[in-house]
Order: sequence, then C-alpha cells, then structure tokens
Amino acid sequence: MPDWTQEVEVLIDEGRISVPYSWTVGTTLSRFYCELRDNGKIWANRCPECGTVFVPPKIKCINCYQDLHDWVELPGTGTVETFTVVRYEEPAIHPRKAPFVYGIIKMDGADTGMLHFIDEIEPEKVKAGMRVEAVLEDERDGNILDIKHFRPLKPGSGG
Amino acid sequence: MEKVAIIGVGQTKYERDKKETFAELVFEATSKALEDAGISKDDVDNIVSVSSDFWDGRTISSMAISDASNAYGKDITTVEGDGTFGVLYGMMRILSGSFGVTIVCAHHKGTESNMRGITNCAFDPLVERKLGIDAISSAALQARRYMNRYGVHEEQLALVSVKNHKNAMRNPLALLPMDISVEDVMNSRKIADPLKLLDCSPVTDGACTLVLAAEREAKRLSTSKKRVWLKGTGHCSDAFRLGDRDLSDTRALKDAAKRAYTMAGISDPRKEIAVAEVYDAFSHMELMWLEGLGFCEDGAAGEQMERGVFNSDGKLPVNPSGGRLSSHPVQVAGLAAMAECALQLRGEAEDRQLEDPQTALVHGINGMCGQSHCVWILGK
Repeated sequence: MPDWTQEVEVLIDEGRISVPYSWTVGTTLSRFYCELRDNGKIWANRCPECGTVFVPPKIKCINCYQDLHDWVELPGTGTVETFTVVRYEEPAIHPRKAPFVYGIIKMDGADTGMLHFIDEIEPEKVKAGMRVEAVLEDERDGNILDIKHFRPLKPGSGG
Repeated sequence: MEKVAIIGVGQTKYERDKKETFAELVFEATSKALEDAGISKDDVDNIVSVSSDFWDGRTISSMAISDASNAYGKDITTVEGDGTFGVLYGMMRILSGSFGVTIVCAHHKGTESNMRGITNCAFDPLVERKLGIDAISSAALQARRYMNRYGVHEEQLALVSVKNHKNAMRNPLALLPMDISVEDVMNSRKIADPLKLLDCSPVTDGACTLVLAAEREAKRLSTSKKRVWLKGTGHCSDAFRLGDRDLSDTRALKDAAKRAYTMAGISDPRKEIAVAEVYDAFSHMELMWLEGLGFCEDGAAGEQMERGVFNSDGKLPVNPSGGRLSSHPVQVAGLAAMAECALQLRGEAEDRQLEDPQTALVHGINGMCGQSHCVWILGK
C-alpha cells in the first residue's frame, strides 16, 4: 500500500498574533524617564550597602537586595565596553535601518552598562574603550528612545 | 539520595520547515522513547513538557501537545528553557515521591515564526526591547567583550564551527553536516560583528523525549544497558539585564558546575568527564562555557581548540552530536544534548560513538547570553 503521508499536500496556514499591552513603568523607571523627558538628565540610583550605581536605575540592588532610594545625576558621558555592528534588517523590531551599532556603555559615575545605539561615526571606526556622550531627542516621550544614541566625545570636551 | 535514571530516548530528525505539527513531532519522539525504554504508555504517570508559548504562538502550549505526549488521563506540567531544566523538574517530581515514571518531552518549530522578533521579546519592554536587540545582536556584544578581554581571535571562534559541523557529518539527525574550513567561516556573511553566518546556529524544528525513572522502577522496567544515571546537577542564574553583567564573565556557570560536580562526586572534571555537550548557540559560547565548566582556564579555550583538545579524537570530545551550531531546536536543544550523552554512554551513538565513555556532562542555558545555566553529570 502506498504511504499516503508522502503524497498528501501539506497546507500552511498563515497567522499573526497581535495583543495590546499597557505596561506600568513603575516608580523607579518612571522617575528615570520623567527626568530624561522633562529635564534632559540621566539619573542613576545607588545601593546604600555596596555602593553600586545602576543605570538605568533598578528597584533593588542585585547584589544586596537593598532598596535603592539614593539617586545620583550622571554627566551623560561614558566608555564603550563592547559593541556590535548589526548587518541584518529586521523591520519588525529594529527602530533603525542596518547597518547600525549597538554598544554597552559604562556611564561615568555608574557601575553598570547601558545598552544603546552608537552613531555619528562610521561603524567600522567604533572601538571598545572609546569615549562617548549621550545625544537626546528634541521631542521626548518618556522612554529609552528619548536618548537618540551615543556619539564619540569630541577631544577636550571631558573625554 | 535515591537515584534517577534515563531509561528511554526518542528524537525526531532535526530539520527546517518540518511538515509535521507540534503534536505530530511530540508523538513521534515520545513513541520512540517508549519503544526505546521497552515500556508501555501505562507505565508512565506524568509528563513534563518543555515549550514556550511565544515560540509556539499559543498560550498554555503544553496543553496542545498533551495527547501526543501520552498525558491523556495523567498529569502534565510545563517548564521553559532548553530541556535541561525540564529534566531537573522531572527528577524533582520523582524524588518527591509523588510521581513514578516521568516523561520529559520538548518540541520546537522555530522555523514557523520569527526568531528575532521572539527573542527581542525576552528583553525588558520598558528598557532594551524598544532598541530592537535580540538573541543574535546580544550574543555579538558578548562575543566582542569576551574576545577583547582575553585576546581571543575570530579564527578561534571559527574553529568551533568547523569542529561541530564536521561532527554533525556522523549524526543522521543533524540539520547541517558540513566539512568546512576556518576560511569558510571567516568568509561567511557578516551578521553582527564579530559574528558571521557560520558562527550562528540555525533555528531548527524537532522534538525529543526522555523517559525518567527512580532506581527501583528503572531496574524493574529496563535492562542495565539502557540505564543512564543522573549523577549530579547544578543550576544558577546571573543578572537579567545585559549591562548589569560583565558579559565575558561565567560566574553563574562556574557556580552551577561546582554544584553538579559536588553532587556527582567529581573532583577533577578534566580527568573524569569523557564527553560533553555544551550550549554552542554561537561559536564564542562554546569557548566561554568550556572555561566556565572548568575544562580550561578563563580565556584559554581558543588555544585548546587550536590544539584539537575538544575534537572527537581529542582529550575531551565536545558536542559529538554536531551541537547547536549544526541544528538548534531551541526549546529542545538541551534535551537533545542529554539524549546524545545518554546514547554515548549506552554505546549506541553509531558512527560517532566514542570509546567507552563512563561519565558525560550536559550543559544547557536559559535567557540571553547564558543568563541561567543547568549542568548535568550522567554516568553508567
């Protein structure tokens, strides 16, 4: 008897799931984003026990599990810890067209790294250890994209 | 502690665009595992399913495969991750005394969806997700940090890909068996620097099922040849946010490995482990995890790879199945690695059989860039 499973036309059903969410940003990140949106400032918070400074700020210290009520303003400059040049397009998730650069930036005055774009430089010229500064959007909505990207710090301007 | 054994193993072939549904894949793998164990469906009293609602595109994804996994009239529960965590829960259920013979089954059809979109959703929607980061671009950030910290070269990463694709040539279930050179990897399309196409694992469809049993039941139901013992396990997680970690650091894995070695009574893994399946979703990860597992010093895995230490004929064969670089059925990957090591210990790994291994190590992860690690020691 012939194997019918080898002969059947297997159909494909195209689907899509679209579900809206309204996520509360919480008190800690709301304060961070409100400062960014309203005053163009980047704030971090510090653990009272071990002194670790987190940016973006966190609810609790990952080491000590302490509340982080101690807030500090950062200068908006930092050092590239690592980076990648993204070469593939993924319009479903990427807010910009490839090639573009992601970096993890160790912000001056903080102990943790911040993920963001690095721009205003040819991707091939980005280096780990490079000094960068945050560039803010003119129109800000209160989210991480209020920081447009980081760009190389000009010599003599605090680098 | 009471001993728990793997007494049956079943796997589908790992392929792209498999025409079977999730349930058909689970049915195939589970039927094979029951047949391999030589037991009936009625010998099993509960099922641990490994699945992800986002990947499956349906909520409570284990319910949809419950009939196929032999859960009809039995208990079924779900664990996320790559299957290694499912085995952990399966073992805990047995050791609790509340459950008997346990099926752990994992299924994955990543090629039906959008890997980049799904892995982007693993990131905090309030912070990193809006930036469009995903599994590949985050792994690339990790690869660069690791290479810079230890002076590791891209060619050393490429060697991992060359080795694992070559190993896959002896695995009839693997998706990408290939005889390639370092040059081929170096010349493959740039994806996210420093990662190139052949440094990245291909998302693959498939299913795998293991049958677990406590010592008394294992001895009643199966022959000694089929039994592979779970001798030790350890599990540890690192910080969620990428920037809160040094991505080149393997502290969570070191902790997980230490716990697993202690439980298994292993004092020198370099001498006592005969074969390892390590989570090589991206080539640099195999190097990092080999260091975290204590098989070499931090930053030294690249040189050891050059010396062939981890080749199939080397001192410690790593990823004889071809690894995730040759087929990456994400939710299934760790369970497939368990299956490979079980087959190696049973002496049933066909063309890729290593010479009489006594102790094997399986390493699985969950979360981006190896946030969480699960280490298993298996023995005869």
